[in-house]
Amino acid sequence: MSSTLPDRVSYAECSARERIARLFDAGSFREWLPPAMRVMSPHLAQLGVPAAFDDGVAIGEARLAERRVFVGAQEGEFMGGGVGEVHGAKLVGLFKRALRDRPDAVLLLAESGGVRLHEANAGLIAVSEVMRALLDTRAAGIPVIVLIGGANGCFGGMGIVARCADHLVISDIGRLAMSGPEVIEASHGVEEFDSRDRALVWRTTGGKHRFLVGDCDQLVEDDVQVFRAAAVRALDALRPLTLQSLQDEHAVLTQRLHAGEGAEDAVDLWQSLGIAHAGAVPDMNAEQVRTLRQESLA
Amino acid sequence: MSMAAGLETLQYSFTGSQAAGMFAPVLVGVVGSGNLEVLLEPSPGTACRFEVQTSARGFGSIWEAVLRDFHSRHPLAGVAVAIHDMGATPAVVSLRLAQAAAALP
Repeated sequence: MSSTLPDRVSYAECSARERIARLFDAGSFREWLPPAMRVMSPHLAQLGVPAAFDDGVAIGEARLAERRVFVGAQEGEFMGGGVGEVHGAKLVGLFKRALRDRPDAVLLLAESGGVRLHEANAGLIAVSEVMRALLDTRAAGIPVIVLIGGANGCFGGMGIVARCADHLVISDIGRLAMSGPEVIEASHGVEEFDSRDRALVWRTTGGKHRFLVGDCDQLVEDDVQVFRAAAVRALDALRPLTLQSLQDEHAVLTQRLHAGEGAEDAVDLWQSLGIAHAGAVPDMNAEQVRTLRQESLA
Repeated sequence: MSMAAGLETLQYSFTGSQAAGMFAPVLVGVVGSGNLEVLLEPSPGTACRFEVQTSARGFGSIWEAVLRDFHSRHPLAGVAVAIHDMGATPAVVSLRLAQAAAALP
């Protein structure tokens, strides 16, 4: 282990529960619907798939740098973090409780492939209810912060949920997109997108890309304590949701859409957005990319 | 087991000497390919009861051997052990059980 980072713990390699234990103030997490209550999927057993005691998501209340926050953490190792009926209902309940109890923020530790296909329509409806509950929470002035850094990334409906939030933190190995690489390849062919080309996948969906095109607020290293510090910074950096802030964001998106016309690859897009040395980005670490964006867009 | 065509439910009970008393439920592991989750909860009596739900059918005798081996090393009493398994190997099962026992107060 490196002598300069003696306590480094990979966020990606932690389970959802380990992330909660390490990210929030020690011992402050109080879980709702804990595993022993066995609020589980009613659908999986019929398909011969074992259920999880928590349906792949832990929800509750915790302290972050002394501030009261609500927390939802998805477990990517259980069905790829897929959102089933119960899993989605737990997230919806978390946001609805936030509306009632008004914590300082809701933090979502997202790791998900999107809808759990085993539960089909129930999962789809669950994801749409999560979106609505998240937006209701923001509209009531309670900020929502999303952290992405799990090995399974954040895809499908949960990718949309993540972009509905106030503030997004992602690591360089984290990924965020709508359709996952295999889905694009299956529907459009390997010539369009080779899902086994890892460099292509990360260039197109990875944290560095999301940071350079402005889809996330912070790009961080894969370290739980770095994520914690970023989450605390996010609490301090929150801006009120106003019509003006939405219009500003739409203007940025419109500009980006035009800048990206004709781009064949993410590198072309970065270049057209004014990022210098775009071709060198894949070999840079998170800190170098942060510096690059700051210098390029200054 | 009636409706769960693909799942097998197995139950075992061993009498133990090491009373666990009251404790907060312990959860270790995640249900994933080749992995399992283990939930320990307090239970009345002197037995250590195991209930296994697994997607790998037909390995009852191996489960019994692995659980008996665990209980001979940790002769817990007054504990209910619930397991959700997705094809974990006996070595992984033994490690998860040891991890769960280590988390007991």
